[in-house]
Amino acid sequence: MDLELILMQLFSGLALGAILVMVALGLTIVFGMLGIVNFAHGALFMVGAYAGLWVAAQTGSFWWALLVAPIAIGVLGMAIERFLIRPLYGRSPDDPLLLTFGLGYVLVESVRITFGTDGIPFSAPEALQGVVDLGVGYFPLYRLFVVGVVALVLLLLWVALEKTRFGLIVRAGARDPLIMKVLGVDVGRLWLLVFGLGVGLTALGGVLAAPMRNVSPEMGTLVLAEAFVVTVIGGMGSLLGAVVAGLLVGIAVSMTALFAPEMATIVMFALMALILLVRPQGLFGRPGAGA
Amino acid sequence: MMSTTELAAPGALPAHGPVSAGRALDRWRVPLTVAVLCVLPFVLPSQALAVNVLIYGLFTVGFNLLFGYTGLLSFGHAAFFGAGAYLTGMSIVHFGFGWLGAMLTGVVGASLLSAVIGALAIRTRGIYFCMVTLALAQLVYYLALQASGWTGGENGLRGFTVARAELIGGFSVNLLDPLQKYYFLMVFAALALWFVSRVLNSPFGAAIEAVRENETRARACGFDVERTKLLSFILSGALCGLAGTLSALHLSIVPLDALSVHTSSIVVMMTMLGGAGSFFGPFVGALVFLLIEDVASLWTSHWQLIVGIVFILFVLFMPKGIWGSLIALARREGRAPR
Repeated sequence: MDLELILMQLFSGLALGAILVMVALGLTIVFGMLGIVNFAHGALFMVGAYAGLWVAAQTGSFWWALLVAPIAIGVLGMAIERFLIRPLYGRSPDDPLLLTFGLGYVLVESVRITFGTDGIPFSAPEALQGVVDLGVGYFPLYRLFVVGVVALVLLLLWVALEKTRFGLIVRAGARDPLIMKVLGVDVGRLWLLVFGLGVGLTALGGVLAAPMRNVSPEMGTLVLAEAFVVTVIGGMGSLLGAVVAGLLVGIAVSMTALFAPEMATIVMFALMALILLVRPQGLFGRPGAGA
Repeated sequence: MMSTTELAAPGALPAHGPVSAGRALDRWRVPLTVAVLCVLPFVLPSQALAVNVLIYGLFTVGFNLLFGYTGLLSFGHAAFFGAGAYLTGMSIVHFGFGWLGAMLTGVVGASLLSAVIGALAIRTRGIYFCMVTLALAQLVYYLALQASGWTGGENGLRGFTVARAELIGGFSVNLLDPLQKYYFLMVFAALALWFVSRVLNSPFGAAIEAVRENETRARACGFDVERTKLLSFILSGALCGLAGTLSALHLSIVPLDALSVHTSSIVVMMTMLGGAGSFFGPFVGALVFLLIEDVASLWTSHWQLIVGIVFILFVLFMPKGIWGSLIALARREGRAPR
């Protein structure tokens, strides 16, 4: 096996992992703050992709889709938190999980009714088609673009969480919501925003992934399982963990595809089983935080 | 709060109160369920529906042992249902086993698989547990998809129709006759129900409920929490494997869908609809779910939308499920001042 092929596959894995990072980040931010797992996360990824498809068809521009769809789905996420999840705070932690799981069903069926059950191809914009020379070989420009967008989003997120007053409140709220309430912070509004942000991130992942695979109502199912694998490996609630594990899984899948294609989907689950055996709290998880 | 008389002398309750009715219901729960199962093919709109209630009811009973009684929410129980079904079919197709050997292979195989997945999953808790079980079940799904030489891959496993089940003493059951097949399968479901009822009444049954109520306290009381959880997981997996086995004998094919997230989801919904942690809940849930599917699919192919909405409404407004809410209602009336 020559080195160039391996390097190319490494880049492919990076692009794949970048999408996973978006989805897992949304999942883990919501968990870190609200303490709930959103089982509709995969379905919202899919809805994001369809929203992108629709906006692109209406405006004729991929750029509008990239901007508008995640925001619109993020707002939808806020409505979900406000009207469906909020009544469940204080009840069993399984309840929000079960509710979002039912919601996932409703979202998938709604999309099937609106857009049909068949997959729809979604092509990358003209400007991003073609390949670039990376020195070791030719690489699809669009995948490079995906890695770039995700890196930019990560940077913005890092600045927002670490350098602003809003980020300070979010991080404090994740530590101890009760104290935040005592200090006069409107925790309910904070949770609303964070849930919207988490959903927006997965929707962005959906729009970005759309040109790399077919858009279909079932595309969220595998993504949800993948996001779970990434969060378990990285450590629940850890943002750094989501990023590292997302890229790790992407590269592992892509590398396995090179040597043993039939094992590609299986390898990430095996990786998760391994992590569970040696470090149940995940790579960056705090011990006792859930494991 | 319980009244003082109840605390002082539980035996001195009036004989006709709802509480004693509840007790009688509890004592006769297995014969009652079996009696209902016996008449099911004649009261439901179709016999196919009755078989499905039987199979999915048993599947839900197995799941409920883990979720309702032990408090562990698994999103990967399709792995055990599917393993039971596939191993039954595969042992007939590839090794020419008889129906009994095939069934045993299915149940034992599903138990072994649940021991492996359970041992990994119980290292985690709460929300983590849901995610890990889902992911590991996906692993099993993709393994079955890849090993198409053994499992038939995407097309599912075919070609193992069991037409006749030979019993001891020269008797045999014609499995091509729907009604004979129903009662044949029901015998195994009844045995499993009796087994579950015994387990729940045993000290082990108390132990799993102690773990559900408060893990730390159960540990402090000297229970081996990990072993209790693992054992409950394996029992649950074995029962779901049996349900899968019955489904394989019933359908004579195993669709790949038996291992999918969808199958894991169905059992969660059935349990929630009926009422987690109650003996009758699973069958009530399976019946209601399959009736919704049956009726709704008459006029729309998007019946899953209706199921999803009903499920959301249940989580929001009736989290104890149908049977669980009925019990709660009866208890409240039983405690009202007489």
